[in-house]
Amino acid sequence: MRNIRSKLDWLLMPLVGFMIAVAVWEFVSVALCKELPSPAKTWSESRDYVLKPFEKRGEMDQGILRFTWYSLILVAKGYAIALAVGTPLGFMLGLSKTFTKIFDPIIQVLRPVSPLAWLPLGLVLFVGAGKQASELGALFTIAVCAMWPTVLNTAVGVRAIPQDYLNVARVLKLSRSKTFVKVLIPATLPYMFTGFRLSLGIAWLVIVAAEMLTGRPGVGGFLWQEYNALNYARIILCILTIGFVGFALDRLMGCAERCFKTA
Amino acid sequence: MSDYLILDKVTKSYPSPRGPSIIVKDFNLRLRKGEFVCLIGHSGCGKSTVLSMVAGLSEMTEGGMILAGRELVGAGPDRGVVFQSPCLLPWLTAFGNVMLGVEQAFYTASKEERTQIVEYYLTMVGLGESMHKYPGDLSQGMRQRVGIARAFALSPKMLLLDEPFGMLDSLTRLELQEVLLELWRKDRKTALMVTHDVDEALFLSDRVVCMTDGPEAEVGEVLEIPFSRPRNRSALLADPEFYRLREELLTFLSDRAGRPGARSPVAGLDSAPVPKTIPRPAAPAAKHRSQLATTHP
Ligand SMILES: Nc1ncnc2c1ncn2[C@@H]1O[C@H](COP(=O)(O)OP(=O)(O)O)[C@@H](O)[C@H]1O
Ligand SMILES: [Mg+2]
Repeated sequence: MRNIRSKLDWLLMPLVGFMIAVAVWEFVSVALCKELPSPAKTWSESRDYVLKPFEKRGEMDQGILRFTWYSLILVAKGYAIALAVGTPLGFMLGLSKTFTKIFDPIIQVLRPVSPLAWLPLGLVLFVGAGKQASELGALFTIAVCAMWPTVLNTAVGVRAIPQDYLNVARVLKLSRSKTFVKVLIPATLPYMFTGFRLSLGIAWLVIVAAEMLTGRPGVGGFLWQEYNALNYARIILCILTIGFVGFALDRLMGCAERCFKTA
Repeated sequence: MSDYLILDKVTKSYPSPRGPSIIVKDFNLRLRKGEFVCLIGHSGCGKSTVLSMVAGLSEMTEGGMILAGRELVGAGPDRGVVFQSPCLLPWLTAFGNVMLGVEQAFYTASKEERTQIVEYYLTMVGLGESMHKYPGDLSQGMRQRVGIARAFALSPKMLLLDEPFGMLDSLTRLELQEVLLELWRKDRKTALMVTHDVDEALFLSDRVVCMTDGPEAEVGEVLEIPFSRPRNRSALLADPEFYRLREELLTFLSDRAGRPGARSPVAGLDSAPVPKTIPRPAAPAAKHRSQLATTHP
């Protein structure tokens, strides 16, 4: 009996948490802030978007999963750029003390800059691209904001490679490229994946801000539009969607990370 | 030119705030081809330092090293190194770890030939069944077997072993000594092995080189070990010569290692007298030990 209970705990306990959260939400909407849509109202106004998640009625009037899909594609592109730039940068930082001395200060200065600050710069940078400017600006912002965890974790991972492994490479006189492929990369992989996971989380955070400011179709763009249209219920729908998708992405990366931890 | 490995006045010092700190000074050693030499000394005296200089993993400050008529520069697969911890790459199987070296040493060989070499040596060290396991799934002793197989599979000019059994329990240690000796018997690679176990040194080597305590460690005493090969542990343990040599080594280590240059201490008022009689272990104990040694192939 106790065994069954503990097996169901993983499902029951979070459910209790959600119910409490909904209760608080209901209470706040009724007693404290009349503007806040109640859970019931949120559902009734969002059901079209949830029950027909892939419908396209207009440019900024589409099913919630269709919007999510647009956002995910944009994130995937920006994230790919972040990894493609961040991983080699991390390796260079980890391998070369000189490189670290030269570039670490700049990285420390650029790292805390908010996506809201990068986006206008991105739009300016790609102003020549015309219609593409908003997409390229958004990609630039995602890549610039999301790459730091990958850069820093990769660098830490490279520095943390046990001297033993490097000695093996030296004793066997492995070529540079072979040392890199057979020793450096596998040894750094667990750290790299930690970086990848954190980067993905940031990329997903940034996308919403980027879409809000550029008005691109996607969860963030939809959220901003509904706010301007005074449809507050759908803001909550968007928030919940963003949260769940972010959670799912993190879990996915967590699984991938565990796969490489054992190796 | 009968010496295969020559260490000539090898010196190692590290810079320190109070001038260079000299770890090893004027270390002279000559190994004949096919000779098995053990380097013994107190912990921290610089044994690993000497070995890693021969391996090319650390640079010597002064002196020269010649292996097979050629000056030694840098590391390379012509010297098979067995480290104290097995140093296997955890993302490669036992097979993969040995193969990594074999690919380097036999880059002209075909894939089948390489596979054969790897499988041969892994079988020789008793890992025929588990060669496709990852290091994480192997016991400490089995990992060190892989380490030994990796060194031999390179078909190196010589072997360098740094306390290869130091982290193993005594039973596994005896077992692996036999494995090592068996492999060594096949092609008589010149071998230099660091150990701090006197029995191990006596069982394995042709010569035991004692190092004086650091700093400025150098060669203290060199002992020829006359036992014929192939050696049998129980026969060795029954030989009075074994205990005489053992005593000589222990006396050096406990007494003279700390005082370089003090070749023959005079038993005076201030120093404890060297025991004249050789203490032999009681018969039952000796019997027990030889049983341990013979229960393993
Ligand atoms: N990188 C280093 N810098 C300064 N001193 C070192 C360094 N590496 C080793 N030593 C010193 O060299 C001495 C000998 O070390 P080692 O060769 O490892 O001894 P052993 O293997 O005989 O136990 C030790 O006293 C150690 O403190
Ligand atoms: Mg040592």
